Amino acid sequence: MNTTVLGTETLETDFDPDFFSAVLAETGTSTAALVPILQAVQEKYRHLSEEAITHVAAALGLSTATVYGVATFYAQFSLEPKGKYVIKVCDGTACHVRGSIPVYDALRKRVNLEDGRSTTENRMYTVETVACLGACVLAPVITINDQVYGHVTADAINIIIDTLEQEGSQHD
Amino acid sequence: MIKSRQDMITLQERYGQALQRAKARLVVCAGPGCVASGSLQVYEALVRELKKRNLHTTVDCLLEEEGEKDGVIAVNSGCQGLCQLGPLVRVEPEGILYTKVKADGDDVSEIVDAVEAKTVVTHLCYHEPSTHAVLQKEQEIPFYKNQTRVALANCGIVDPEDIRSYMQRGGYQGLANALELTPEEVIEMILQANLRGRGGGGFPAGRKWAIAGAQEADQKYMICNGDEGDPGAFMDRSIMEGDPHSVIEGMLIAGYAIGANEGYIYVRAEYPLAVQRLRQTIADATAYGLLGDNILGTGFSFRIRVKEGAGAFVCGEESALIASIEGERGMARPKPPFPAVSGLWGMPTVINNVETLANVGQILLKGVDWFRSIGTEDSPGTKTFALTGEVENTGLIEVPMGQTLEDIVYTIGGGIRDGRQLKGVQIGGPSGGCLTESHMGITVDFDSLKKVGAMMGSGGMVVMNENTCVVEVARFFMNFIQNESCGKCTFCREGTLQMLQILQRIVDGHGQVEDLDLLIELGETVQLGSLCGLGKSAPNPVLSTLANFRDEYLAHVVDKRCPSGVCRNLRRLVISEEKCRSCWLCVKVCPVNAISGSRKEPYKINQEKCIKCDACLSVCKFGAIEEEY
Repeated sequence: MNTTVLGTETLETDFDPDFFSAVLAETGTSTAALVPILQAVQEKYRHLSEEAITHVAAALGLSTATVYGVATFYAQFSLEPKGKYVIKVCDGTACHVRGSIPVYDALRKRVNLEDGRSTTENRMYTVETVACLGACVLAPVITINDQVYGHVTADAINIIIDTLEQEGSQHD
Repeated sequence: MIKSRQDMITLQERYGQALQRAKARLVVCAGPGCVASGSLQVYEALVRELKKRNLHTTVDCLLEEEGEKDGVIAVNSGCQGLCQLGPLVRVEPEGILYTKVKADGDDVSEIVDAVEAKTVVTHLCYHEPSTHAVLQKEQEIPFYKNQTRVALANCGIVDPEDIRSYMQRGGYQGLANALELTPEEVIEMILQANLRGRGGGGFPAGRKWAIAGAQEADQKYMICNGDEGDPGAFMDRSIMEGDPHSVIEGMLIAGYAIGANEGYIYVRAEYPLAVQRLRQTIADATAYGLLGDNILGTGFSFRIRVKEGAGAFVCGEESALIASIEGERGMARPKPPFPAVSGLWGMPTVINNVETLANVGQILLKGVDWFRSIGTEDSPGTKTFALTGEVENTGLIEVPMGQTLEDIVYTIGGGIRDGRQLKGVQIGGPSGGCLTESHMGITVDFDSLKKVGAMMGSGGMVVMNENTCVVEVARFFMNFIQNESCGKCTFCREGTLQMLQILQRIVDGHGQVEDLDLLIELGETVQLGSLCGLGKSAPNPVLSTLANFRDEYLAHVVDKRCPSGVCRNLRRLVISEEKCRSCWLCVKVCPVNAISGSRKEPYKINQEKCIKCDACLSVCKFGAIEEEY
């Protein structure tokens, strides 16, 4: 399988027909299967490529415009590849009043995100806000690949990212 | 395999006897709050300690060996509620509650010592903040004492991953009761109980069931709405994770009543544990014969599938949720026809919220009169709330309808944190309103909240102190709604954008007095011109804050001040005469030449010129630049 090396992080680029058939076998090919199929593809490739959208449309007998319409409607789907670590900063009401935005700003600064982008150049980190993670008593809360961190401060961000980077370098 | 009511009662008794043979049961909270504070490590440490002392046992061991009374069980439960003081460990049968238990250190061995000696580790017990009294038992703590648990009756008590634990608490007997009645009788019970939808609208669940039940159709659907998207709400999450069988039981009863044999649970993508647990719960219930064909030998068949949402707040709205399950963009559809007549794939469909369904099994188990004895005449029963923000005791609560806001905030919530002043309570998230100190006396039920321009919503209750700027909060909600509007209705799509831009202008310091009237006019138009509840309720936070905190808006637009000290563009940077050493650094860095002065006199900032770039603030070595709000 071809992989593109991007900094320290690799991303599968080829659309794997075997994987796709396995997904279809699980979900079926009715229109109702569209969202679950896109979820499976998003999870594996961390984004929905033009190629993937075309394959999904053909398999379900839908127009690519319809699939594109659904893919762009839901926040979970991304047309650009997401980073290895997807960091969600909760900006629900409780987190907002307890300082989620300073945390968000500190995170963006720490991982060097340029204005207007949500994923770093090397595809290590994606930083995004999310409406509510339902862990309001821990406000402010962030999740990194679904691991929850509560009572996060701008200072704690540095410790958390340092730990991630140490783990990353140990694997290399 | 459960084939009859008798099988249920036998299992319930055997499981209960097994529990009684244990010396104690240690229930470690594994709700999201406690897990993040390290409760899973506490659980592991407890098990290690029990094993070390040869005290560890499980329900399965006790069920197998009819031996002597011995051993201690340790289990994880769903949310026990008092998240603020987690990790929580409750010792049963005594009901002793330990707070802030740490996995390392002596806490764990002290707890096991106390269990063996039948004593209490007082330093881990709840300390009443005002009197410093030690309250050993959960039910003595004001936070718990003033609650009534119906939807959360089992949450925090049962082991959510063990169906037998749910059945020991009478679980699925409500279903057995329902299956002995006709579907019409079940609907009549829910109508009599006047169970109103807990998802926010308060529409009577029985009326939905009756409409769907009366339709002639080959196929009907029962959908559980677990798309809890309100920022600041986690009640449904707690039920789905902490007592998932109650949701399944409610759906089974509803399915039987309306004549559906297929159900869907639509869960937000942001709740991965709830998704995983519901899938396991469905598998367990199927293995026990409580889902599938010929349930309890009655010929009733029912299957449930879990549908994961993909991140769209509007999918909490019934018709958008249906569109999403069908594989389309989650956009609202005009009503009528209502889903109960023509819903999923054009078939009669009932959609009930998670908490509503958690009440159903209890009503069938304990009866209509019991249910109506709780709460008020027009809003019987209880309501769960996620009590968060600036109160002492944040957490998950359930109170009878009709309790006053004051009771909730001060008695259960323990008042405002750090001795500060209450400013407002935001109820119902982005669809609700912001209430003030003067509303503390109102009772919390569907109708009285509507009267004061708020709404029950799904149950997010965020308490704000004087450091919260309500104008900024209104902007925050409008930003949320603007992002989440599906775009179908022009007024919701464009109107909320205009409202957001006006609010942004106000917090940026460029607002005008006329903007306030314009916001009201736009808000009323958006309410009128939107199809679904999202748009209809979108202006509520703005309209209610304008009504209740007009002075604060005026301070922003007239005096260009933010009294709460939140809106950074509304502050003034001033130089303290005492601290300034006239070193000239600030003058040098100021990009707009707003600072003047000479060696002999303190410097001054010309407010007309200042662009609040903070350059002076960052270079001053004497802390002489001060922010004034």
